[in-house]
Amino acid sequence: MIKREWIHAWLLLAPALLLLFAFTHLPAVQTVFDSFWSTPRGRRPAVFVGLDNYQRMLADPIFIKAMVNNAIYALITIPASIALALSMALFVSGKIRGRGTLRMAYFTPTVLPLIAVANIWLFFYLPGFGLFDQIRGLFGFGPINWVGQPTTALYAITAVTIWNQAGFFMIFFLAALQTIPESLREAAALEGASRWTIFWRITWPLIMPTTLFVSVNATINAFRMVDHVFIMTQGGPNNASILLLYYIYDQGFRFWDTAYAATLTVVMVAILCVVGIGQFFLLDRRVHYR
Amino acid sequence: MSGIHVSELSKRWGDVHAVHDVSFEVEPGTLTVLLGPSGCGKSTTLRLIAGLDDVSSGTIQIGGRDVTNAPPAEHGVAMVFQSYALFPHLSVRENIIFGLKVRRVDAAERDRRLKRASELLNLSELLDRRPNQLSGGQQQRVALGRAIVAEAPVCLMDEPLSNLDAKLRADMRVEIRALQQRLGLTMVYVTHDQVEAMTMADTIVVMNQGRIEQIASPRELYTRPATTFCARFIGTPPMNLIPSEHVHGHEELPPGSAIGVRAEDLHLDSAGVPATVESVEYLGADELITARIGAAKVVVRQPARADTPSGTVGLAWSPGVAHVFGPDGKRLEEAQGI
Repeated sequence: MIKREWIHAWLLLAPALLLLFAFTHLPAVQTVFDSFWSTPRGRRPAVFVGLDNYQRMLADPIFIKAMVNNAIYALITIPASIALALSMALFVSGKIRGRGTLRMAYFTPTVLPLIAVANIWLFFYLPGFGLFDQIRGLFGFGPINWVGQPTTALYAITAVTIWNQAGFFMIFFLAALQTIPESLREAAALEGASRWTIFWRITWPLIMPTTLFVSVNATINAFRMVDHVFIMTQGGPNNASILLLYYIYDQGFRFWDTAYAATLTVVMVAILCVVGIGQFFLLDRRVHYR
Repeated sequence: MSGIHVSELSKRWGDVHAVHDVSFEVEPGTLTVLLGPSGCGKSTTLRLIAGLDDVSSGTIQIGGRDVTNAPPAEHGVAMVFQSYALFPHLSVRENIIFGLKVRRVDAAERDRRLKRASELLNLSELLDRRPNQLSGGQQQRVALGRAIVAEAPVCLMDEPLSNLDAKLRADMRVEIRALQQRLGLTMVYVTHDQVEAMTMADTIVVMNQGRIEQIASPRELYTRPATTFCARFIGTPPMNLIPSEHVHGHEELPPGSAIGVRAEDLHLDSAGVPATVESVEYLGADELITARIGAAKVVVRQPARADTPSGTVGLAWSPGVAHVFGPDGKRLEEAQGI
């Protein structure tokens, strides 16, 4: 009897397991393997090269550039998205006129595909005619080619990311704020606490689990969201806005150097694992779970 | 010492009158209970006194100072919420001294007050726990502790015992009253529980549909209810209201008037008002006999040792225990000779 139940259980699990292994776990393991082999070209099959790919990577200035860029990109987008999302959530959780419309407006960037968003922002950034330059023009400043010059290209795509994901994170903060009973704020207000104190001593600690969740997501996004790079800069000019995932795509699907792309991918997954695990352990001690 | 003076207080939300023209006075150092069924405006009145909601019209004075439109912190009140409103991420100690830290009371003074409050409330062992590690009764005491260390002259309580079981509620009732008298607090206490009101209050303010029905001491409220609402709200079972046309000697009263007699004041007497027994409820020491006089239901409490009646009986009461209410539900002058 028990045996038959086990057979049923495995049969029911089989389809999901099969798909999961075939499309997630196997490729992941395969990627790690590939990073130790050379790229097969024409009739030349792949040969085992040990850590050669990794040595090449460490000596690759574009890889270093991509890593530095990605670090800057992450260090700006994560805190900025969280801060913006939380401010918006605090603003629209209060009793204000047109609250529903405002919430929807804040959320809209999130439902737009990043590709479409990138195209819209290209118009904003257009030298001379774009929104930003028109505003600058009012104050007598000259035009700037925001996405076309190395000094600003990375920050131009960073701004788009923040604009795009803050609305999404706002929803989580909004939900978290609504779980805090009104009486806690009232009790604090009766004690003479200012809004500032109430936020830092009560609201902020109580939404900590949400902040952790959102920051993990923002970190993953910082390595994952590169769609707009394709539209806006293609990593340029002169790799000024290249990000790790975009570089992987370049190596893997434009130059068909699959082994090197696999090596880069391993690095990226390793970074994400370390950051994700680190965040949980580091913040866990400071997070209050109810 | 600061009393509270509430004058013609109203609170409207759109067309809804939550509180309507409410005036009362709380003497310094006394406990006043706001009593009424749910939705009668008692909690809203309390929140207005605390400054948590905006007043639509009327004035509130605390300690002789007009605080009608002042922010909550300037009302000089401490409050215990129905849900206790303890900060879940802070320890008991931090919860209690939260307000003192916000007000920048110096550390030595903070410790002194914390020590006093925790000894008073038997919280000394629990200071390092989180609220979710406490029982309901302990949480209640922490909330009380937080109110006490504020050393505000006025303490407001919004149904503080409604989340506790019956046994604990009875204990806390005594404890809160003792605390209030010992510390000489001016306290306003909201409840829908008449037993809490009767046992704790110096003065009871009975509210119904946003208005005050009666302001009286517990004893006066029981013995001289001002309206049929008060008469039936206070006392278990509620006071019997017998339509006056059934009672001999009250034919001169306007139609719709009622004679109120409490269950314990009624006794069976074949010479009394005829009634039909419907059911008998046995309570141990007593039994409650439900009977009908015309369409009106009447409950009689009598010692269970007496014979259980059935069929048609007569109901009588001693002179001086009956209350007479007019058709508008208001009390008329003392019933005479009944």
